[in-house]
Amino acid sequence: MGGGPTGGRPGSGPVLRARGLVREFRGFRAVDGVDLDVAEGSVHALVGPNGAGKTTLFNLLTGFLKPTAGSVLLEGRRELAGRSPEAISRLGVARSFQITSLFAELTPHQHVELALAGPTGLGWRFWRSDRALARFAGRAAELLAQVGLAGHGDVPAGSLSYGRKRALELALALALDPKVLLLDEPTAGMGVEDVDRTIELVRGIRAGRTVVMVEHNMNVVASLADRVTVLQHGKVLIEGPYAEIRHDPRVITAYLGDSDAAR
Amino acid sequence: MIMSRLARSGRGGIALLVIGLLAALVLPWLIYPPVALDIACWALFAAALDLLLGFTGLLSFGHAAFWGGSAYCTGLIALHGGMPFPVAILGGAAFAALLALPIGFLSVRLTGIYFAMVTLAFAQMIYFVANQWRDVTGGENGLQGIPRELFGLDLYDPFFFYYAGLPFVLAGLLAAWRIVRSPFGRVLVSIRDNPARARALGYPVDRYRLLAFVLSAALSGTAGGVFAIGHGFASLDGLYWTTSGQVVMMVILGGIGTLWGGAIGAGVVVQLQDFLATAGFEGIGIVTGSIFIVIVLLFRRGIWGTARHLARRRGLSPAGGSGGGPAGSPGLARAPASPRPAGGPPGATAGERC
Repeated sequence: MGGGPTGGRPGSGPVLRARGLVREFRGFRAVDGVDLDVAEGSVHALVGPNGAGKTTLFNLLTGFLKPTAGSVLLEGRRELAGRSPEAISRLGVARSFQITSLFAELTPHQHVELALAGPTGLGWRFWRSDRALARFAGRAAELLAQVGLAGHGDVPAGSLSYGRKRALELALALALDPKVLLLDEPTAGMGVEDVDRTIELVRGIRAGRTVVMVEHNMNVVASLADRVTVLQHGKVLIEGPYAEIRHDPRVITAYLGDSDAAR
Repeated sequence: MIMSRLARSGRGGIALLVIGLLAALVLPWLIYPPVALDIACWALFAAALDLLLGFTGLLSFGHAAFWGGSAYCTGLIALHGGMPFPVAILGGAAFAALLALPIGFLSVRLTGIYFAMVTLAFAQMIYFVANQWRDVTGGENGLQGIPRELFGLDLYDPFFFYYAGLPFVLAGLLAAWRIVRSPFGRVLVSIRDNPARARALGYPVDRYRLLAFVLSAALSGTAGGVFAIGHGFASLDGLYWTTSGQVVMMVILGGIGTLWGGAIGAGVVVQLQDFLATAGFEGIGIVTGSIFIVIVLLFRRGIWGTARHLARRRGLSPAGGSGGGPAGSPGLARAPASPRPAGGPPGATAGERC
């Protein structure tokens, strides 16, 4: 089902290129020299056993952690390493969070309005009524409808069900209209129905952008990913299309053998 | 968005606003006018702190620097500049904002207890400077005899000066309310709830916190300036850490993140202190401290927060729109009853303010 990189222009360089990324925590290398090329318009999955460094890598790409060494280039020209999360977000690299991360007291509608208002500078206007945010109401309603949250826009986000919180995460990332969308385990903790819905959602939103996702659910990877990078112990184990890597003995060992210390 | 619901709720919100305004207008008839002015000043100070504590999620333990710093600056402008007192107050507020710029710049990167400690340290430094710089600040004597003329009007009667100072307090409260319910205020709440997420949405969190800090300081400075003019002096007391502690206590008593709760907290604390002092009771700290502990343990939402919670739970929420007036007042009347035993009659006036 993988399908080729539909939106990718052949010959164009990688939209995201990481070289020699390292992140050390007190001598422990959570990410240990990772090279990564994400082709424009592709869906690129990062998989690997727990502790392989996937989320750390995500945090390095989005500025939430500073790399100990290495570089991340956006579209071949902008260095992202060392920039703040907000600066990277403004450059068009948006992320969702693995653990649902919302503003408990704001409604989904207000969440999306905030995401839409970000680039306009409206957020600085402390002398205006917050009704000024209503200019984003229409677009916010569209985005909420797109992720299946129509009719749930006006309750505090804290009271939403788990699946809906995850959907709101997606709507927020979409509201930023990013070139590159990084999804950290978009289906974590979901039941089968929600997983199917999320697959459809990601399919719907990938048009015109690049998606990088950390994902444990191999069905999701199989349905969505054009390329898969397998991480283990902070290093790239293997990279390729899902159909190729799924039978690779190293991948099978990484997943099955690791817990038995059968290395 | 706690208070936006209340204020947006049509008749209930308007009724509360009218009650608050009326209470502010009749206050000096009901209680000793200088105490009324103190309540008004501390109410604005508390609202300014709540802007930071309740809506940005930063506990400043150094706001005395802005209240007291502005008091000195206001006093100096009025004493040596020969300016009418409104100019002096605005100058004091501007000074407080200016002072908040470097202090905020160096502290907003920290949160929680670290932020509290660093702001406290800065405030103590300002206190130290004011104490040493006798030529300008008068050292331990403070600034005495600050004039309060306004185009020949005699405002030395505290009763009349209350009405001269009140517009500054009301304007300050209005500004605080506007800030909380602006697009900026919405961003602040998001930063309070989840700074990492706000960053991921592209908001430079530290710069937002810095602006909130400066705005809060400017409003605290306005309050401190009115206070200095009203008393005719600026003293080291205003810069001491107990001032920072007292305003934090007022906000917690009234209810964090309620904005108006701080005004009620101010009313309770100031009135109580005056009542105990007049009665010749010396252990004021023991009484206010005990009330504080009771409120924190039993009514974590504070006076205003608990009242609103009760009103909502009984379906009397102003959001229902039915009977705007009663919507807020039953809860209001009920909640202060708990801390009142020690407070006596003073609590009544305080409870109805704002």
